[in-house]
Amino acid sequence: MSPLHLCLLISTGLFCIGLAGALARTNTILVLLGIELMLNAANLNFIAFWRFGPSPASANGMIFVVFSIAVAAAEAAVGLALIIAVYRHQKNIRLQDANQLKG
Amino acid sequence: MTLYAQSLWLIPALPLLVAGIGAITRHRGVAIAAILAMAGSFVLSCLALNSALAEPAAHTAYNFAWFDLGHGAMRLGFLLDPLTAFMCVMVTFVGTLIFIFSLGYMKEDPNFSRFFCFLSLFAAAMLGLLVANSLLLLFICWELVGLASYLLIGFWFHKPSAAAAAKKAFITTRIGDLGLLLGMLWLYNSTGSLLFYDGGHGVLEAATLASLSGTILTCGLAASTAIGLLIFCGAVGKSGQFPLHVWLPDAMEGPTPVSALIHAATMVAAGVFLIARVYPLMSADALLAAVPVHALTVVAFIGAITALMGALIACGQNDIKRVLAFSTVSQLGYMMLALGVGSWTAAIFHLLTHAFFKALLFLGAGSVIHAAHHEQDIRSLGGLSSKMKLTFITFAIGTCALVGVPLFFSGFWSKEAILHAAHGWQVSHLPFYAAVIGVILTAFYNTRLMAETFFGKPRSHAAEHAHENSSTMTTPLVLLAVGAVLLGFLSTPYWPWLQLQLDPTLEHEPASYGLMGLSVVLVALGIGAGWALYWRTTRTKASAPDPLAVRAPGVFAALAAKLGFDEFYAATFGRLNDLIAAVADGLDRWVFGGFVNLLAKLGVFSGLVNRQVDEDTLNGGFDGVSESVRGSGLRYSHAQTGEAHGYLRVMAAAFIVLALALVLGGVR
Repeated sequence: MSPLHLCLLISTGLFCIGLAGALARTNTILVLLGIELMLNAANLNFIAFWRFGPSPASANGMIFVVFSIAVAAAEAAVGLALIIAVYRHQKNIRLQDANQLKG
Repeated sequence: MTLYAQSLWLIPALPLLVAGIGAITRHRGVAIAAILAMAGSFVLSCLALNSALAEPAAHTAYNFAWFDLGHGAMRLGFLLDPLTAFMCVMVTFVGTLIFIFSLGYMKEDPNFSRFFCFLSLFAAAMLGLLVANSLLLLFICWELVGLASYLLIGFWFHKPSAAAAAKKAFITTRIGDLGLLLGMLWLYNSTGSLLFYDGGHGVLEAATLASLSGTILTCGLAASTAIGLLIFCGAVGKSGQFPLHVWLPDAMEGPTPVSALIHAATMVAAGVFLIARVYPLMSADALLAAVPVHALTVVAFIGAITALMGALIACGQNDIKRVLAFSTVSQLGYMMLALGVGSWTAAIFHLLTHAFFKALLFLGAGSVIHAAHHEQDIRSLGGLSSKMKLTFITFAIGTCALVGVPLFFSGFWSKEAILHAAHGWQVSHLPFYAAVIGVILTAFYNTRLMAETFFGKPRSHAAEHAHENSSTMTTPLVLLAVGAVLLGFLSTPYWPWLQLQLDPTLEHEPASYGLMGLSVVLVALGIGAGWALYWRTTRTKASAPDPLAVRAPGVFAALAAKLGFDEFYAATFGRLNDLIAAVADGLDRWVFGGFVNLLAKLGVFSGLVNRQVDEDTLNGGFDGVSESVRGSGLRYSHAQTGEAHGYLRVMAAAFIVLALALVLGGVR
């Protein structure tokens, strides 16, 4: 088993854990955590394909990841702010209850 | 000191300035300014006369370009010759006195300053007309004179009769002005210039006149005759000649100083002056034997008809101002007659003397009217000779001058000059006979006027309590009376100074004692008839019938109705005008209006169709489409449940399907 396969297996596991968490949890913070895990699985894929790909000398995979992490950080900040706003509004952060914006 | 041609514009500029000031302020000082301006113009005119008399034969012209026009420039100019100078002196002198008189006459009027503004405009326009060396400049001032007369005749515009008279004066003179305009255009078209004197190129100089009189039109007239007659149309309108005299008596609706100004110094004098000015053009065809009519022959006959007709109608009028108005018509006829028979110097002489005594008579009438609380009917006056001594004496002097009482009054000498010229006319003796009858009638109606106004017993409350006016009104009367006597001696048959100054080429003709004797007899005859009818037994009460009406009721009624000219014009031209107006109205209403209405109906119809198409087809279609879009949107919005987990589940399922498809599809 090559290092690339290993990395992909780990990232697949990580993604599945994140997906399961996002689907199963009712606490919005935990759903957000799950989503972050899925994002990190994708980041791991970027790194792996860069490191074991045809041109590891150029830093393009690294740059993708740095961007992705920056976006994720911003997203987390916005998400947490939203969660606090929702909490103030309805005194809990259950995802099922936050359905005021539907259709 | 002298005043040269290039400074002549100062003479009209002074009153014009005051008119401008009067237009923007209502201060009563405008009156004083107007009088001072006229006096200033009088001084300038005297200077101009002084320099003109230095060389009487010269026409000193100062021309300048007004604006560029195609291949040349439109040029205007000022002209200094004895004719201009004498007229300017007369207009400014008489004008100044009339202005001073107005100071007293209009004292109570609420529009005092406006009156002096208009008077100044009137005088300025007339003076501009006098100094013009271009027919165009003359025409501009001519129209300004017409405008000012309109404003002044209609000064009491709240009286419907005054408003109507102003309109009548304006429109009637406009008919003549159309002829003048056409003549001017024709003249410009055939000579390329409108300057009178221009160093050999002007329209009144030999070269141009020769070419104009040498051009024979298809109708047999010389071009100069046709142009001259068209220009004469303007003079007919302005100077109240038959058949356009109808406006002049109605112009009595204006304040009396205005009547004096119109009848003496300005307006009606303008027509006579115009013909005297373009006299070389009018007489250019005199030597052509083949032409059917000479321009001056027409002028002479029109003048003779006017002189006779005016005098006739004056016999039947009862309004003191109307009698004087028709006497003006008659005297203007004499002037035109003099022009027509070739003695333009006699015409100007009579114009100058007439200006003095007619201004005197009108101001005297104004004095009477003012004293008698605006009673103008001579039947209701009477007995004023003892109550208003100064007015009576000056009025009597004016009447004697108008009648032509021999030797001591100016009217005698000037009328004598006209009769002399008419007698010597080769073409026809009819105008001479008309003038002779006119002399008798003039004496007759003036005797009547004097007898009715000043003698007998007062026949109304107003006349009974009349008393002499203030010195602002009587002083001008005295000055004018002096002029009315002395001016005649400027040009007697023994010493024709004025006529020689006006036209140095004139031969000195010896005095004709036969003609003078005839004129003495005629005047005596007229006065005798007037005395027999009106003076021997004066009227006792206002409602008593006129002695002439008792003896010849038909004649008197016709004269009192002014020979029916107004009615005749109303029945012919008025009705024709009404007919044309009715036809135009009908055309407008039914033909053009119908067409426009049809178009409007079509527009409304197409608008309706448009609306129908728009609402039903287009709007319906768009509404349907947007409704269905909205409906499907509504249906799809049910998929939006608001459950975040539901979305995530769909996404996960979709991810799994995608991954399986990729794996099973054999993508590496």
